[in-house]
Amino acid sequence: MHTEFLMGNEAIALGALAAGVNVVAGYPGTPSTEVLETVAKRKEGNVYVEWSVNEKAAMEVAAGAAYAGARALVTCKQVGLNVASDPLMSLEYLGVKGGMVVLVADDPGPISSQTEQDTRTFAQFSKVPCLDPSGVQEAYEMVQEAFELSERIGSPVFLRPTTRVDHGYEAIEVAEQDEWLVRQPEGFVKDSSRWVIFPRLSVVNHAKIEARNASLSDEFSASPRNFVLPGAGECARKGIATHGISYTYVSDNLDEACLPRVLRVGTPFPFPERLAVEFLQGLDEVLCVEELDPVIERALIAVCGRHGLTTKIRGKLTGDVQPSGENTVESVGEAIARFLGKEVPQPQPSDAPQLPVRPPVLCAGCPHRASFYAVKKAMGKRKTIYCGDIGCYTLGNAQPLDMVDTCLCMGAGINIAQGVFHVEPDTACFAFVGDSTFFASGITGVVNAFYNQANLTVVILDNSTTAMTGHQPHPGTGRTMMGEVVQKVSIEAILRAIGLTTVETVNPLDHELAVETVRRVADEPGVKAIIFKSPCVVLARPQATSKVDASACIGCQRCIRELGCPALALRDGKAVIDETQCSGCTLCEQVCPVGAISGGERL
Amino acid sequence: MNVNIVLCGVGGQGTVLASKLLAAAAMDRGLPVKTAETIGMAQRGGSVFSHVRIGEGVSSPLIGRGRADLIIAFEPAEAVRQLPFLKPEGTVVVATRPIVPASALTGGPAYELDAIMTYLEDKVEHLVLVDADAAARDLGSSKCLNVVLLGAAVRSGVLSLTTEDVAKAIKRLVPERFQDLNARALAYAECEP
Repeated sequence: MHTEFLMGNEAIALGALAAGVNVVAGYPGTPSTEVLETVAKRKEGNVYVEWSVNEKAAMEVAAGAAYAGARALVTCKQVGLNVASDPLMSLEYLGVKGGMVVLVADDPGPISSQTEQDTRTFAQFSKVPCLDPSGVQEAYEMVQEAFELSERIGSPVFLRPTTRVDHGYEAIEVAEQDEWLVRQPEGFVKDSSRWVIFPRLSVVNHAKIEARNASLSDEFSASPRNFVLPGAGECARKGIATHGISYTYVSDNLDEACLPRVLRVGTPFPFPERLAVEFLQGLDEVLCVEELDPVIERALIAVCGRHGLTTKIRGKLTGDVQPSGENTVESVGEAIARFLGKEVPQPQPSDAPQLPVRPPVLCAGCPHRASFYAVKKAMGKRKTIYCGDIGCYTLGNAQPLDMVDTCLCMGAGINIAQGVFHVEPDTACFAFVGDSTFFASGITGVVNAFYNQANLTVVILDNSTTAMTGHQPHPGTGRTMMGEVVQKVSIEAILRAIGLTTVETVNPLDHELAVETVRRVADEPGVKAIIFKSPCVVLARPQATSKVDASACIGCQRCIRELGCPALALRDGKAVIDETQCSGCTLCEQVCPVGAISGGERL
Repeated sequence: MNVNIVLCGVGGQGTVLASKLLAAAAMDRGLPVKTAETIGMAQRGGSVFSHVRIGEGVSSPLIGRGRADLIIAFEPAEAVRQLPFLKPEGTVVVATRPIVPASALTGGPAYELDAIMTYLEDKVEHLVLVDADAAARDLGSSKCLNVVLLGAAVRSGVLSLTTEDVAKAIKRLVPERFQDLNARALAYAECEP
């Protein structure tokens, strides 16, 4: 063993490697991405790792590997689990042979997600056991326990850290590389009565799953991952039930003088009922401190009902804990103070001066800015809808571009545009989708729109990477996580194979050509596509910078007001360019009405 | 006994490396460390923060409001934004060069630098101002502001760390070609008496 200062996600990756994981598949998504990246970086021997095209593919790859006796890990964020839910729901009925862990990173807040869904609730729904770590060291240990458990019970197992565990750092004890388990998978053994799902098999296996989960609940009651800390003093008849990162907020808010009994739940499903009954004995009231869904709170209410206990259960459902959003040290402190009848610190009204706001923006030189601006200019005052999608380009919604009217989930924009078209045929419908998102779930959308005779323009924003989550490769990049250089999957060839006859590839930074192309393509009938192709500026790192000739600048601020580029500012009534940010993309040079900006170099 | 530090700035300024250097320096002294970082959407030019907790008796990686001993701010407005985290007698080390967001020029709230600096001077008992422009000029680079600020933070005496501790961490974590620049940056800022 040795000590390493690790991010939670790195610790999970090292834990999986120490557990002898053979196959790792996932799709990038904050806050889960670093798990798979760390596996790729630190793996030894025959470990196979891939960024799959989406989470459903990842789940199926992992399932196949686990059928063949390998230990397999799936990594995704909470909304990625929705994409993978079809295979997972059925997989639970069939089970696995090798241990299979589904790492799902939940995102209270949400900090970088669409939903505040709770994988603990998904665990109940799918009947898949779930482990919920409170810190980095525990996440490292739990992933290893999850593999053992999965293999022992023949079922996939969830590990569901939240953002603060994923992205928290701690110095933890980890195994030396020569201590890592080395497993040789047995291989797939044909048995159609086991691996082919039919209704008859499902009903039989359903009964087995329910019985297994009842017995797991009992086993978990004795697990060190669930524990009760004794209370003391005048608060000893009160209890706090908590989990995950919230447990650490509770710990930081307790003092010896008035110590309620604490239940920490590390296995939210199956819920450790026997331990919960012991915890509740002699308590008048319990406060459940949870993030996302009131999972423990509902479980304790049920336990009280089943066991005839009179303990009052409080939490989100009673309004004692905030129903949504991320818990903080102080929000938990205030909830505990109210619960224990202590003085609650009143927030002081702020007397701070006005502060500038810093909404996330497209980077200086980002080709997406040029793409949005070209479409905006081309369509002018025409009746349009601009359907966006998930990626950096969602930021095209911000002023002054204001070019994202809708955003729902991965790949949805194309068929949202189609739906609007069927209601408003006179609207020019656009769907913006990034290259990685196109591969993940955009292709079926285009097929659907094409087959069903829609009239819309698909705009592929192809920056040759998965930029938002930190530049992961995808099928269009020609690189894999195993380090191979492979044949690129061509977006243009896919679109043509579907049947689209108009597919134009343009550099969005050539503004005039881009505008002309959009005007022409948008007026063609049916489904057509424009591929705006230009590399992500963060990866391309161009070296040129544009400069404003102050004597020529007329101070019209057109560059600033039209583009919203973070490198452009106003000083003494003239535009100035921050050369530490400018990448010389030349878009502002092309927008300036008097040619006062020059020096950039278009990629 | 523990020390709680909030580092804050704008995405891309180097707050994450600064928090890693602090953590590494503390670990070398045998102290337990927990940190929390902003990663993801907020990095794109947004406000970012890191929490660093050094010492025994720490459970959460996040610091509660009013519980930070030290704020290391890479820019004045972000110092004010994070000020609610500071203890009443806490210390703030702040780089005085403002970073004005595009939003302040396109209809969003303006950047009122004078009001912001006056507020910091009024509210903070131990305020250490670091002239980032002068530092960049004298050192020949604006890329090592994070280490200039760490040097000032160490000299403020709040951290139970020495400049040698941080220097060792720099040797370990920073690429060879930036070693010299960062060594000079660490020695640069002098603490106001």
